[in-house]
Amino acid sequence: MLNKINLLLVGVGGQGTILASKILAEVALLSGLDVKMSEIHGMAQRGGSVVTHVKMGDEIYSPLVEEGEADIILSFEQLEALRWLSFLKPDGEIITGTQVIEPVPVIMGKAVYPSGIVETIQGRVQKLISLDALAVATECGNAKASNVVLMGVLARRLGFAKEIWLKALENKVPTKFLEINKKAFTQGYELV
Amino acid sequence: MKVLLTGNEAIARGAYEAGVGVAAGYPGTPSTEILESIVQYPKIYSQWSPNEKVAFEVGVGASIAGSRTLVTMKHVGVNVAADPLLTFSYTGVNGGFVLVSADDPGMHSSQNEQDNRRYGRLAKIPVLEPADSREAKEFVKKAFEISEAFDTPVMLRITTRIAHSQGMVELAEPVPVVKKEYTKNAQKYVMIPAYGRIRHTVVEERTEKLVQYAGETELNVTEIKDRKFGIITSGICYQYVKEAFPQASILKLGMTYPLSQKLVKDFASQVDRVFVVEELEPFLEEAVVTMGLKVDGKRLFSLIGELSAKMVREKINRELGLASFPDEERTREGLPSIPARPPVLCPGCPHRAVFYVLKKLKMVVTGDIGCYTLGALPPLEAMDTTICMGASIGTALGMEKSNPELAKRIVAVIGDSTFFHSGITGLVDMLYNKGKGTVLILDNSTTAMTGHQQHPATGKTLKNEPTAAVNIAGLVKGLGVKRVVEVDPFDLAHLEAIIKEETAAEEVSVIIAKRPCALLEKAASGYMVIDEAKCINCKQCMALGCPAIALRDGRVTINPEICNGCNLCTQVCKVGAIRRAGEDVE
Ligand SMILES: Cc1ncc(C[n+]2csc(CCOP(=O)(O)OP(=O)(O)O)c2C)c(N)n1
Ligand code: SF4
Repeated sequence: MLNKINLLLVGVGGQGTILASKILAEVALLSGLDVKMSEIHGMAQRGGSVVTHVKMGDEIYSPLVEEGEADIILSFEQLEALRWLSFLKPDGEIITGTQVIEPVPVIMGKAVYPSGIVETIQGRVQKLISLDALAVATECGNAKASNVVLMGVLARRLGFAKEIWLKALENKVPTKFLEINKKAFTQGYELV
Repeated sequence: MKVLLTGNEAIARGAYEAGVGVAAGYPGTPSTEILESIVQYPKIYSQWSPNEKVAFEVGVGASIAGSRTLVTMKHVGVNVAADPLLTFSYTGVNGGFVLVSADDPGMHSSQNEQDNRRYGRLAKIPVLEPADSREAKEFVKKAFEISEAFDTPVMLRITTRIAHSQGMVELAEPVPVVKKEYTKNAQKYVMIPAYGRIRHTVVEERTEKLVQYAGETELNVTEIKDRKFGIITSGICYQYVKEAFPQASILKLGMTYPLSQKLVKDFASQVDRVFVVEELEPFLEEAVVTMGLKVDGKRLFSLIGELSAKMVREKINRELGLASFPDEERTREGLPSIPARPPVLCPGCPHRAVFYVLKKLKMVVTGDIGCYTLGALPPLEAMDTTICMGASIGTALGMEKSNPELAKRIVAVIGDSTFFHSGITGLVDMLYNKGKGTVLILDNSTTAMTGHQQHPATGKTLKNEPTAAVNIAGLVKGLGVKRVVEVDPFDLAHLEAIIKEETAAEEVSVIIAKRPCALLEKAASGYMVIDEAKCINCKQCMALGCPAIALRDGRVTINPEICNGCNLCTQVCKVGAIRRAGEDVE
């Protein structure tokens, strides 16, 4: 493993971006790494973009991942993956759900939602995983768990033991959603 | 035990470990979660106050009566609390008193980006600035020690990146709740001029002792490494500096007011040149320059917004003539244009109805701060002014007095929490000075903007205990307003009629638009659908700015996933093309 990993988690208010970041930070904590996580959530509830920064390693100073510094961008919505693309390292990797949530200017007919986002990203990054996490989560019984499906995919790339991830889920997810989240996580973990 | 805590959670924990007995505040990003987190420690009495001034005064009383006391607010809240702050500095404390000021460089969710360290200097009280969650907890404990040792309130100044970042924190056992004896001491606590003069002398002597302390305390750390240059910094900027220059010599100030001349000069003498890295105001820089030192600070770094490790690296490298290590940046060239994702009023938000009508009637709207400020954005665009919390009513009165022709068209719009915060005095003014204005109170039974906190009319306390609920209509009538009407904003025609009637009236009127926030209570079951055969695609319903109503392939559609079923669009549609799903078509 690298001695420092920078991750950016991006999504739209209501997609569980912050919970996902908390699980990720917990994994680092349980693995004995130093970790910092930073969020901007002022308008999250009202449909704005949500971005969280997670940095883990031997010793972390700044909690922020800056342009060109992310090893991995985990995105819960297509357009957000595109929006934050410039934050990826040249050899960085993008994992994105293919869900589409139209922002208000698009809904109002004042802007267009770009087409072919996944292809655009594909042409610009060395590693890209895109999947319909919403469908996988719905199959597991709760569409809301799509963030955790993508966490499963991420887990495979990061290389912490699966048990640590499951423990982090136990610590961070409310008991009544735990089983479904574990199922969703495992689906993602086995997928790629 | 090591745990991950945000800066705000760490401050709450620090208060618990320090034996705090009383905590008070008013919500405001990024400070809100401190009190929400303190609720988990039942030994601490904690409360939301109606505004920051009252919260501060509750804290003053708690401290004088003997408890260690924590008071929390966002940066602009300190403006509201500034009056008691500046004089409480004179009286000093009994139980330790710590004011948390949560500043917001970059204005992630604020109306300005003032630097409250200046308040520390103005009030002549120590200012502590933690650089991460671990320090946030430790500095709270230290702040209480300083407060009691020097008989002064202490400001713990954090910024958004400290408040909302998680980091590792080692938990410690709490000390028992501190309770000092109360003895009456009018010369100390009654600030009439005769006693105030005595206390001012005490304050100046105190500052001298604090300067001495600043030279000795472990809150300030000198790290000497590479001697070619040294950096004076504090708070989150320390992290940016460490990230950018791990080998740099650093004077990390944990206490940024007052400074020790000796400490700073010692540091400066060990390096060839000195930089000051701080966000917003040149607060440290000015102090250091006054000591006669030559440093570089705001000549390189902006007065506006946040800094970052990258900015620190680039500016200082360029200044030193060193090659920067330009990261290979990904170009945006050739990317499709990416639509912004601005926040919007939720589907089913009761505020939407009000702004729809105000726009239709072409009213001049003096606004206020809350979710409803989103009514200023397209397509509603029904707000003319927003300055600070509570300003809507005074502003409306001033506009009317200045420009009587506008009088019949002016409406002040204010949220329920904001009305309690600082709207009541404005209304008193309107009444007292023969205003004829109309005030619209948006009563959604919560403080929605900052994450749904209780307030004096919700009938619940911070700890969710049942309590007396102030009756807004009763309060307003009690002040002497004769024209007071309650309306359901979801009855658009009625709302419009009332607004017309009340703005035409030759005296003050108050309209209370009553309907809970859509995130608290769903207005109705089900969702709305458009009858394609009837719809003439006139897009009138889109003027509501509801995120559930979308244009798809040129036609108006309703997204059943997020539609709240509030029924506003049905009332707006002129051809009756919208109905509730499952209901019969006539
Ligand atoms: C002096 C001050 N304190 C706190 C805030 C943070 N703040 C912004 S709006 C708001 C309350 C809004 O509540 P309400 O008026 O009920 O409107 P709602 O959001 O529920 O529509 C608060 C606490 C502020 N901007 N200024
Ligand atoms: S949170 Fe409540 S008050 Fe705020 S926009 Fe949504 S529905 Fe309206």
